Amino acid sequence: MDKNGSILSVNDLKTYFQTEDGMVKAVDGISFKLEKGETLGIVGESGSGKSVTNLSVMRLIPEPPGKIVGGEIIFDGVDVRKLSIDEVRKIRGRRIAMIFQDPMTSLNPFLKISTQLMEVTRLHLGHTKEQAYQHAIKMLKTVGIPDPESRINNYPHEFSGGMRQRVMIAMALSCDPELLIADEPTTALDVTIQAQILELIKDLKARMGTSVILITHDLGVVAGMTEKIIVMYAGKVFEQARTKELFASPANPYTKGLLKSVPDPAHEQGKELYQIPGLPPDVAHLPVGCPFQERCYRVEDICRREFPPFVQINEGHHSLCHFAKEVYAESNATTLEEQI
Amino acid sequence: MLGFILRRLLIIIPMALLVVSVTWALIRIAPGSFYSNEKTLPPAIEANIKRKYGLDKPWYQQYFLMISNVVRGDFGDSLKYQGESVNDIIKRHLPYSATIGALAYLVALMVGLSAGIVASIRQNSGFDYGSMATAMLGLSVPNFVLGPILVLVFALGVYWLPPARWGGMSNLILPVLTLAAIYMAYIARLTRAGMLEVMRSDYIRTARAKGLSETSVLLRHGIRGGLIPVVSYTGPALAGLLAGTVVVEKVFAIPGLGNIFIQSVLNRDEPLTLGIVAFLSILIMVFNLIVDISYGILDPRIRYD
Repeated sequence: MDKNGSILSVNDLKTYFQTEDGMVKAVDGISFKLEKGETLGIVGESGSGKSVTNLSVMRLIPEPPGKIVGGEIIFDGVDVRKLSIDEVRKIRGRRIAMIFQDPMTSLNPFLKISTQLMEVTRLHLGHTKEQAYQHAIKMLKTVGIPDPESRINNYPHEFSGGMRQRVMIAMALSCDPELLIADEPTTALDVTIQAQILELIKDLKARMGTSVILITHDLGVVAGMTEKIIVMYAGKVFEQARTKELFASPANPYTKGLLKSVPDPAHEQGKELYQIPGLPPDVAHLPVGCPFQERCYRVEDICRREFPPFVQINEGHHSLCHFAKEVYAESNATTLEEQI
Repeated sequence: MLGFILRRLLIIIPMALLVVSVTWALIRIAPGSFYSNEKTLPPAIEANIKRKYGLDKPWYQQYFLMISNVVRGDFGDSLKYQGESVNDIIKRHLPYSATIGALAYLVALMVGLSAGIVASIRQNSGFDYGSMATAMLGLSVPNFVLGPILVLVFALGVYWLPPARWGGMSNLILPVLTLAAIYMAYIARLTRAGMLEVMRSDYIRTARAKGLSETSVLLRHGIRGGLIPVVSYTGPALAGLLAGTVVVEKVFAIPGLGNIFIQSVLNRDEPLTLGIVAFLSILIMVFNLIVDISYGILDPRIRYD
């Protein structure tokens, strides 16, 4: 932990991929800070660079074609980029753990749950076989798997999707990590199971004091879980704010579009659901100016000429837009319904 | 599981009978017979011989006689090798073929697997391109070409190895290499492709995210999934290996089953041909069964019912 209490501080991170189509700047100058015990939400559409950001933190970017070309990743005072791969391995799974999107494919189908759970603690905590086995059962109990003593000897395909995600969480938390990165942990699950899994993560975070980064494209998910939110688009941070502020007064047209796209059955019944027009841009061929220009409801000439500035709205609230202040003022003056 | 194995073993019986029947029919349909050669026998003697082997009866009676003998596991005596039973001939010549075949597959597995795994780890490296180009060559050159080339170079060129015949270890090297080449090449390519696919999968990323070393990721998490294509290939490979020995034994003058098989066909030695066909077809079916069982051991998701 450095002086100001940050567990993770990412500064101007750039991760590029060399493809046949040219250089893809999947993450292009991302900065954020995560305080100890805090939960940060990273939202954005597919391909906005959310996952790549977090894989970069773990140094899990497949190289080639990917490469972290710039920036710092300060985890507990140490720049992860400067560590040798062996030192990074001591952090992976021990101090930073990850949960992935698809629990169906993220567990090894050929190995028993027990093997997969035990190998983490045997590696990082130096457990004996017996200790690791008991610890694994305890972890399964913690994440709410009924009858863990017999279930531990099952294979992943003998579990349902929600149960598999619980196993993933048990595995991620077995070494009591300081930071948990949950990469779309509920996307592949049924809605009812989604709520259970989120509740579980929230509960375990409170009990174990883990800091959490929650990656999602579902604003409903981050609303109840996070203190801070980063909105990503085309490898850039478009808006960054405390969760309450971001939902109450967004200062970026893209954030507004995302917020408006969330279905609101209470007030909008019968109305057609809003969607942001167009598709996310091809990151290999970004236009001059703002990457969001083609889809923005208030695009002006300057947006097509110049890259927008990262405007500070107030303490901890930034927005990447030529008209950030105007959009912020609009948000405060009217409800979301009347805009766009 | 036990029920599955039992069912598969039972099904071998009708399958083998079908193969034998088709072979029998093909031999009969083909013009000529064991007795039609330049040395004509006096008609009375030929009739005597035919009566002895039951060849004077109508074809359907001969067929049922043949089938009932086969069911009892008795293929009768060879026509060519007087007084020798087909079973004895197979027993005598099988060890040669089995030795070459087993050694060839062992060599193919060892070289193919290691080359494939290393090529997949060092994708797009010099080793990758080099080994895969060699593998392509190995796949394209048929064994009846490769065999003589090896003989030319290593036996007649530098005098390192004997050119043919059965003998000590040195006699084995060239035939085993000739037979193994194509399987080595195929296994190397299959392993490389399988490993590349598995090492890109989500659960490998999970394993890396747990902090495991690259060696444990590969050996504990990667290899099982990556080897499944190789296991499925083992069935057809072993079948091909049996066919391959036919050629290789001919090239290197080895008195194996394959050589005898060809001789029996050329001699129109019907009982011997049928016996070898039945034996080989049962062998292939047993191999395939073993492959199917090993799937289940490798992949817990596979159920037998």
